[in-house]
Amino acid sequence: MTARLLLGLAAAGVLLFLLAPILAILPLSLSAGEILRLPPEGWSLRWYAALLSSERWLLAARNSLVVAGATTLLAGVLGTLAALGLHFGRLPGRGAILALLAAPVVTPSIVTAAALFLAYSAAGLAGTLFGLVLAHTVISVPFVVLAVLASLRGFDPALLRAAESLGAPPAAAFRRVVLPLIAPGVAAGAVFAFATSFDEFILTLFLAGPGQFTLPRQIYAAVRDVWDPTVCAAAVLLFLASMLLLLASEALRRRGGGIG
Amino acid sequence: MRRGGIAAFLLVLPLLLLLVLSFALPVGRMLWTAVADPELSDTLPDTAAVLRAWNGEGLPPEEAFAHLARELGAALADRRLGPLAQRLNFEQPGLRALLLRTARAAGELREAPRERLIALDPRWGEAELWRLLRSAAGPVTALYLLRAVDLRLGPAGGIEAVAEEEAIYRTLFLRTLWIAALVTALCVVLAYPVAAALAALPQRLAAWGLVLVLVPFWTSVLVRTTAWFVLLQREGPLNAAAIALGLIEHPLQLIGTRFAVVAAMVHVLLPFAILPAYAVMRRLDPALPRAAASLGAGAVARFFRVHLPLSFPGVAAGGAMVFLLAVGYYITPALVGGPRDQMVASFIAFFLSQTPNWGMAAALSLLLLAMTGAAALAARALLPGFGRRE
Repeated sequence: MTARLLLGLAAAGVLLFLLAPILAILPLSLSAGEILRLPPEGWSLRWYAALLSSERWLLAARNSLVVAGATTLLAGVLGTLAALGLHFGRLPGRGAILALLAAPVVTPSIVTAAALFLAYSAAGLAGTLFGLVLAHTVISVPFVVLAVLASLRGFDPALLRAAESLGAPPAAAFRRVVLPLIAPGVAAGAVFAFATSFDEFILTLFLAGPGQFTLPRQIYAAVRDVWDPTVCAAAVLLFLASMLLLLASEALRRRGGGIG
Repeated sequence: MRRGGIAAFLLVLPLLLLLVLSFALPVGRMLWTAVADPELSDTLPDTAAVLRAWNGEGLPPEEAFAHLARELGAALADRRLGPLAQRLNFEQPGLRALLLRTARAAGELREAPRERLIALDPRWGEAELWRLLRSAAGPVTALYLLRAVDLRLGPAGGIEAVAEEEAIYRTLFLRTLWIAALVTALCVVLAYPVAAALAALPQRLAAWGLVLVLVPFWTSVLVRTTAWFVLLQREGPLNAAAIALGLIEHPLQLIGTRFAVVAAMVHVLLPFAILPAYAVMRRLDPALPRAAASLGAGAVARFFRVHLPLSFPGVAAGGAMVFLLAVGYYITPALVGGPRDQMVASFIAFFLSQTPNWGMAAALSLLLLAMTGAAALAARALLPGFGRRE
């Protein structure tokens, strides 16, 4: 029994290590003073007020939402189509396609960033939001493909034949049989793609134009270049946004849309 | 079936195009830059042609001097001398100034170019410089890859070590491997009790416990690194707590230390170690430890002979994932580390932005990819299921 107690204590200690630094930001963001200590000398919402009246931060938030939204749309469409093709067709080179799909996930971001920086400079895509969306799509689309493939795994092709034998045209059979089945998978992949793009930093640092700050890039600048306590308030809001995405992902997983 | 195959291919095609055009080709082209040597042939095509035909003994033929003077002058006038000057200066500091001086004097070198070039700078009369130019005539060079492991082509043609004060990359790679290995080991050790404790809980409780791992996993890396940046400040909460507890008397400088880098990287990467370990432990048959116990095995023997071997695939898969991510890490060392904590990725970033040098950025990328590739292959060999999803 002592072994189990020790195990539980060790696990609780590690979980505390994982959660405490993130939770410590919350009281710090509510501090009234410039110096960040725990507990704060007084409470105020001044950093939130500063954040919401700062054009830089608002612009960064807008850029992040635009890029992540466009990435989700593009990755969702391309990934879902590809997953359907990979599942229903007997493609030669299926293994090679899956390997190509996994490559951007295991390639260090800095290498991808260097490669795309060079290619985009030559193609005139450097410093454009469109180029950034393409780059983010490359690294987030694998999650969509995996999620949709996972939701198709238990699919019984007899269902499609049954629908057709009952007189449904192929398009209707697809819409009424396949689509509802993969919907949670598509949604789960989309949430993951959104989160990947929303959190992406290194590609953005090298591919975005000098004025195109996203939230991660703005946080980096605020921590590294000139320390600005507003960043704590931004971190808390970004944390809450991540928690919304986590909730969405968990809800979808319970409906059968998880990855892996 | 045939038509179905074409339809399936058309469904996959758009994604395939994106991955090829916006990933595979750019990465391939960038890696080619690590060995490509186009500057001399592009800027001084006639000189390069003569030098390629030259056998490398003594001085090159007279026409090489004439072409060089003429083409250098033309390149300076068209403002396209920069890449070549940078390429040669990287191989041998001082050559940028020589090229510029020669190019500016090109007008006076039309007659008797050989004598006047040597009169302008005696280095033009040395075979060594001309052999260096010949080796830069392309199409490929080992310059950048050699430099990335602190080697260079010697004047005599052999490979030699660079001067001691320039030898930085072997230390850099060893440091990168060391930090990645340390972070991996810490993540594996810390992940084990969490995964084991969660796997021992009833399913419903374990799901809640897992949420505690997923919260940091989903939180932005920048948010988590910022949290560490604030916690580790001189006047920050960690120092304050240590002083209040009587552990230290004066606040310690924590930002810019190896400790800060390792702590923050373990914090960011730990969930990648916990999740696969938990997935494997959840599937373990609880009857096995009980069987071992009934056969007389004590708690320690049960752990080392039953639990650890059976959970190894999950633990190792998590460790491999952590190592793959850690070896290419950039943000955390950049924000909480000092100059002596920077890893390979920081140098790639440096050669992309601060001092543009595509050859070095590509050579370091190639070696970094080789390290991650070797780690992935090792994981695959050790764990038959790694990288494949059931």
